[in-house]
Amino acid sequence: MEYFLELSSSGLVRGSIYALIALGYTMVYGIIQLINFAHGEIYMIGAFVALIVSGVLTIYGFSGVSILILAGLIAVIYAAAYGYTLEKIAYRPLRNAPRLSPLISAIGMSLFLQNYVLLAQTPDFLRFPALIPDFEFMEPIAHIMGSPELVILVTSAVSRVGLTVLIKYTRIGKAMRATQQDMTMARLVGVNVDNVISMTFIIGSVLAAIGGVLVGSYIGQINFYIGFMAGVKAFTAAVLGGIGNIPGAVLGALVLGLTEAYAAGYISSAYEDVFAFGVLVLILILRPSGLLGKAVKQKV
Amino acid sequence: MVDNIKRSLLVSIWFVFLTFPLMVVKVNTLKNIVEWRWINMLWVAIGAFVLSIVWRWAMERRQLKNKKAEQGEEESVLPGFGQRLLEDPKIFKPVLIALALVTLVFPLVVDIYQTNIMVLALIFVVLGLGLNVTVGLAGLLDLGYVAFFAVGAYTYGVLNSFFGFGFWISLPLGGLMGALFGIVLGFPILRLRGDYLAIVTLGFGSIAKIVIENWEEVFNGAKGIANIPRPGFFGAEMSIHTATTYTYYLMILMVLFAIFITNRLKDSRIGRAWMALREDEIACVAMGVDMARTKLGAYAFGAFWAGLAGVIFASRNTYINPNSFTFMESALVLSIVVMGGMGSIIGVIVAALVLILMPEYLRAFAEYRMLMFGAVMVLMMIFRPEGLIANVRRKYAGRKVVTEDANARG
Amino acid sequence: MPEVSKTMPEVSKTMAEPDNVLLDVKDLTMDFGGLRAIDAVSLNVCPGEIVALIGPNGAGKTTFFNCVTGIYKPTNGAVMVHPPEGKSQKINGFKSNRVTTIGMARTFQNIRLFQNMTVLENVMIGRHCRTTTSIIGAILRGSKTRRQERETIEISYDLLEKVGLVDFADEFAKNLPYGAQRRLEIARAMATDPFLLLLDEPAAGMNPQETKALDELIVRIRDKEKISILLIEHDMKLVMNISDRIYVMEYGKEIAQGSPMDIRNNPKVIEAYLGEDADA
Ligand SMILES: Nc1ncnc2c1ncn2[C@@H]1O[C@H](COP(=O)(O)OP(=O)(O)OP(=O)(O)O)[C@@H](O)[C@H]1O
Ligand SMILES: [Mg+2]
Repeated sequence: MEYFLELSSSGLVRGSIYALIALGYTMVYGIIQLINFAHGEIYMIGAFVALIVSGVLTIYGFSGVSILILAGLIAVIYAAAYGYTLEKIAYRPLRNAPRLSPLISAIGMSLFLQNYVLLAQTPDFLRFPALIPDFEFMEPIAHIMGSPELVILVTSAVSRVGLTVLIKYTRIGKAMRATQQDMTMARLVGVNVDNVISMTFIIGSVLAAIGGVLVGSYIGQINFYIGFMAGVKAFTAAVLGGIGNIPGAVLGALVLGLTEAYAAGYISSAYEDVFAFGVLVLILILRPSGLLGKAVKQKV
Repeated sequence: MVDNIKRSLLVSIWFVFLTFPLMVVKVNTLKNIVEWRWINMLWVAIGAFVLSIVWRWAMERRQLKNKKAEQGEEESVLPGFGQRLLEDPKIFKPVLIALALVTLVFPLVVDIYQTNIMVLALIFVVLGLGLNVTVGLAGLLDLGYVAFFAVGAYTYGVLNSFFGFGFWISLPLGGLMGALFGIVLGFPILRLRGDYLAIVTLGFGSIAKIVIENWEEVFNGAKGIANIPRPGFFGAEMSIHTATTYTYYLMILMVLFAIFITNRLKDSRIGRAWMALREDEIACVAMGVDMARTKLGAYAFGAFWAGLAGVIFASRNTYINPNSFTFMESALVLSIVVMGGMGSIIGVIVAALVLILMPEYLRAFAEYRMLMFGAVMVLMMIFRPEGLIANVRRKYAGRKVVTEDANARG
Repeated sequence: MPEVSKTMPEVSKTMAEPDNVLLDVKDLTMDFGGLRAIDAVSLNVCPGEIVALIGPNGAGKTTFFNCVTGIYKPTNGAVMVHPPEGKSQKINGFKSNRVTTIGMARTFQNIRLFQNMTVLENVMIGRHCRTTTSIIGAILRGSKTRRQERETIEISYDLLEKVGLVDFADEFAKNLPYGAQRRLEIARAMATDPFLLLLDEPAAGMNPQETKALDELIVRIRDKEKISILLIEHDMKLVMNISDRIYVMEYGKEIAQGSPMDIRNNPKVIEAYLGEDADA
């Protein structure tokens, strides 16, 4: 039982991280039907920026929570800037191109950003400082769920609530929903579609960067390649939930995180990634519209 | 002009900001020291400035081109160099003869190291030609192509280490295994839309590697399989040097074979159906094309070449391990296809040679190669989606000619 | 509502015996989620007929085509075909390539040509289901393959001649003017050797001269090629000119059917069309 709880907790933590990344995928897909392959790289860059900032701050004598907050903030700003620039360079010129073109461009961008970080920084793993403080009240259950886990669960949940509020109640949120429904129509009624798309990338990147900072400090090390697998899994989560569907992405992420944790715990951790892909393939074959997505017939 | 410079300055500042933490700062978290590399900032500033000017110029040209295309004007009066090369016999013939001569004497005048690299490049030409059918002709974006390459290589490796199978039996078996896996993996994902297909095939590629790594009994795990024999020649004893040269000629034959076969398919009922499927799946099926068979055919055909190439790869290296079959290899082959021009055979050959040989000879370039591949993919999609050498559409002989032809044959 | 049910007996009255019908659709219904796009529509086409299906925008005409040609699987009802040669069968849920192979080919309202293939190749694709070359066959290129290829080219050129596009044979389809693209869609569909051709708004976007030429082309296809025609069209002049019978749909329901004369004077039809902005 203890073991089961332990696995559940680690599964939920994973799921919460996947959710943060998956939201970016699903929002972008919902609006421009593009798998933003480079999204995982934004997450990785977020983690790197946080690591660099916290390194600098530590040397200049900052400590504890102030580092976490500053590093997180700067990482988020940078991720947003990267997401915005990425869309402008690699996707906007291909808005009306055949479907495969932006996808290939996205793969190219993913390779580019990975290798940019590799060359600018290092191919090795870097030690990420443990930024998340230990709470005393977590002591009794620390063997099942420690402070970092708690912080991840809470931060992720709060971010998701924030996103929901943003989409439901703000002007830009309304514009995003309109654009998702029908881009041409939204443009006709005066929505600046370009801005909406940029905004979508920025929001998605911010969430991914939050994920990056949390993971870095949870796992304790990062390298230029962490975005790849995380990206694939988050995408799997998004598809699992029904791509384009925001609550779906969260549900999909949690389901995937738990599945992985149980599979790794009870079967074998060597095949952990195989399970993730297995889930993806199965869901695409059996229910391509995902858990919460609606099946739509293409109009002919 | 002033406006242009102002905008480029802004872009330059933006990129300085963007790259600042990653390019300038480098922290050592173990020793707690920070290294400030201010010089990089200068490079970024200059680079971004220049590139933004080039970018804007290129974008303007692109817009002009698109506008012309919309108005139905021909893109250019003069046919491109690529097309002239292919269509004008005055240029075509001597170039072909010269190329043939160079190809023939190449292993005789260079050392074994160079020949070996050339063999690798030729292996990637075959891979490129194979993927070109799947992606370029049929429009099925396969990001796990390396899985079939691995299937071929490990078919030979396993058959050899367990049952002592030789190269020549394993070669067709490797190809067939590739095709078989193509069909088995392709079947469940036939109905997937293009981008889902991409991500699922990516998954297949990763799964293949994980399975190889972890299935010790058969694949020997991460240690890999060693002592794989080079191609034999009727049991003749060969020095490494001769064997390499021999492999080289073998590869040349293989490339020619691949070109011949892909060309025949392209100009056939099957090839046309592949292209139609790429252009518009719904219309294609509504015109009576069986989607499942056609897609599986394209998938299996591409996989077949990967399987063949895998066997040769194993025999060239005499040693294989899972690290030769990562997503990077899939991405590499994909950039070959994209750069060469989807559907264009010559383009793929040129791109494969460039992308494989360049990093081998320009060592400085090697470090930046994946970076460049990424940039190339993006830039090609934006500025030259038809590839370096665009696919020239075949013109079919007019009916009159055809009827006469038919009469002559009886 | 009661008006609709009154028309129903009419429908069954004109239903001809199976051996004299090519396409016989009974009570076809199609739902999209909660939306009933087609509601129990019945329609038949006899050999040598030109039948028109008209109705205001969004009436469900294209959806009807999609159900008949296997692009959508109808929720309810029966689509029966009785090919001149071959056995009669119910084809609900058949994939669209099977429907085409049986002998019903269509064009699309939003032109769906293979843009980056030549005009000739577009037509050649139509021959796909009438030829047999396999991958191996294409590689070996034996005498049978060569013969089929020659025939394919010849037939395709013939068809291009019939629709007046032979001069554009080597152009990319995307470079053709709009009207020519519509005619190319017709040629491509004809290349599949259909006994019934389903044309979805073939005159849309054409100027009066082009429409007139199309009018003649359609009649010629029926008379010379012995292909029956089911046609969706908003151009009333064209419809009244060439149709033998007309079916009218509104909001997914069939509201009338009969000869052009009957339809012209049918008050329900007039109301349906006046109800919307005089688009017809
Ligand atoms: N794939 C689909 N999913 C959901 N609704 C659909 C789909 N296809 C059609 N519809 C709906 O079904 C109704 C009928 O559409 P259809 O295209 O058949 O009309 P139509 O008679 O062809 O109109 P038009 O003359 O404008 O071509 C419309 O309300 C349309 O929105
Ligand atoms: Mg319609």
